[in-house]
Amino acid sequence: MQTIAVVGASLAGLSSARALRTAGFEGRLIVIGEEKHDPYDRPPLSKDFLAGRQEVADLRLTIPRDADLNLEWRLGEKAAALRPRPGGGYVIDLEGHDPVECDGVVIATGARARQLPGAVRLRGVHTLRTLDDALALRAELVPGARLVVVGGGFIGAEIASTARQLGLQVTLVELARTALAGPLGEQFGAILAALPADRGVSVLAGVGVSSLIPSLSHEQAFRRDHARLHGVERANVHDHESEGGRVLGVRLADGRELPADVVVVGIGSIPNTEWLAGSGLIGAGPDGELSAGVRITPEGATNLPGVVATGDCAATHSRFAGRVVRYEHWTNALQHPALAVSTLLAVPAPRQSAVAGVPYFWSDQYGLRLQFAGHYHPGDEVEIVEGDVTQHNFVAVYRRDGEPVAVLGIGQPRVFGRWRKQLAAGG
Amino acid sequence: MLIKVCAVVDLPAGEAIRIDEGPVPIAVFNLAGKFYAIDDTCTHQDASLADGYLEDDGTVECPLHASCFDLRTGRPTGPPAVRAVRTHPVVVRDGTIFVVTDDAATVPGISV
Repeated sequence: MQTIAVVGASLAGLSSARALRTAGFEGRLIVIGEEKHDPYDRPPLSKDFLAGRQEVADLRLTIPRDADLNLEWRLGEKAAALRPRPGGGYVIDLEGHDPVECDGVVIATGARARQLPGAVRLRGVHTLRTLDDALALRAELVPGARLVVVGGGFIGAEIASTARQLGLQVTLVELARTALAGPLGEQFGAILAALPADRGVSVLAGVGVSSLIPSLSHEQAFRRDHARLHGVERANVHDHESEGGRVLGVRLADGRELPADVVVVGIGSIPNTEWLAGSGLIGAGPDGELSAGVRITPEGATNLPGVVATGDCAATHSRFAGRVVRYEHWTNALQHPALAVSTLLAVPAPRQSAVAGVPYFWSDQYGLRLQFAGHYHPGDEVEIVEGDVTQHNFVAVYRRDGEPVAVLGIGQPRVFGRWRKQLAAGG
Repeated sequence: MLIKVCAVVDLPAGEAIRIDEGPVPIAVFNLAGKFYAIDDTCTHQDASLADGYLEDDGTVECPLHASCFDLRTGRPTGPPAVRAVRTHPVVVRDGTIFVVTDDAATVPGISV
């Protein structure tokens, strides 16, 4: 291969580029990224960065040594299509830029935040995925402001925790009866669900959001747009940037209305795979839909020769889950690329971490550090092997058919770490 | 300043111990019979490297976010850490391990 294009310039993309050079690839290496920013670290965006304890420079993922990688950066350029090049190799079309031709492709386009379905664009409504998202949200997290967080998953919980520290009035709305019961199980979901209330966050569980309440009625928005269309600079309504003005609150499915100055929607992610439509790539959906991620082997191979995929946009069979899963864990985006590029280059896989291959994530919320490895299934048996659950300081092991399949730790990194290593060694 | 770590027999190969007697916590590792000491706290975020994963090649992986460091040099060898941890000399006397932690005698954090 003469030229390899890495599509995606976040952790998985950068890790792929580094791994390609480590594996001895000396050809032209192009890294395409939709965002204008140099690769940065996302986990702090809901924690220290959002709290103002870190600045943009603290998020940098690249180090000076990366200059030696001799990468051709194409930042701020969004991939629009992947198609075969006559005679072999691929062409990657870019929105508004010249296409890139290459012999091999690493797909690492990640995922984006899911929006509330059907919601109009309102100022004061945020999702949190990118640095720009975090900067916009941070600017609005002022003490005393009323924040409604829609979605009690990890991102929502972390944002609520950070906002509470910053002195906002925080309400968390979660559709499920117990937030985090999905990934952790009912017992531990309930323990974590009790934390926000203890810390002064108002929690409304088991209720959905029906709509966002805009400052402008449809009629007002129409009049404003009509006035603009006819050259009137200032109509009889305030000049708002977005369709419905500013958010005033959240209307719940049961009819309740929550007033809000700021709303954050944390209801999951969607893999960035639309650009691959028509590429011939098979997705992980039941009928091969790419909306469930690009289907890969555990080693990163796709159904197309010379194309591998890695990170949040890829889905593969997990022995921990017993099914095909699109893991969005940070450590997967860090470690899996080395495997994927060795597949692309057809070279032996490099030495992997002692715990590579075990799904792993962490979360910092309300002063607690949670670590989880493996995959929980409803019905798994749970045993507390260390510490005290009531003290929020424990390690729990999940077993399926007697075999450990997952481990959860809060404030017990050493014992947790041993179990994580044991999970990696098993199977 | 010489800090007593533990008896040699109490730190088997592949294991690590954290000592809190100095100005900052220090992690001491037994890598195939040879002892190495580094600052215990990962330079990326607050996590104990003594709790991390020690590889045969002298790499220690942070148990929290998987940053890797070379025990012998303290340099980061895998992201997200970008700054080195300090290394400290280790001496063994009469079957006991000691770490030398004179701040002036240690290598300051190096950027790579």
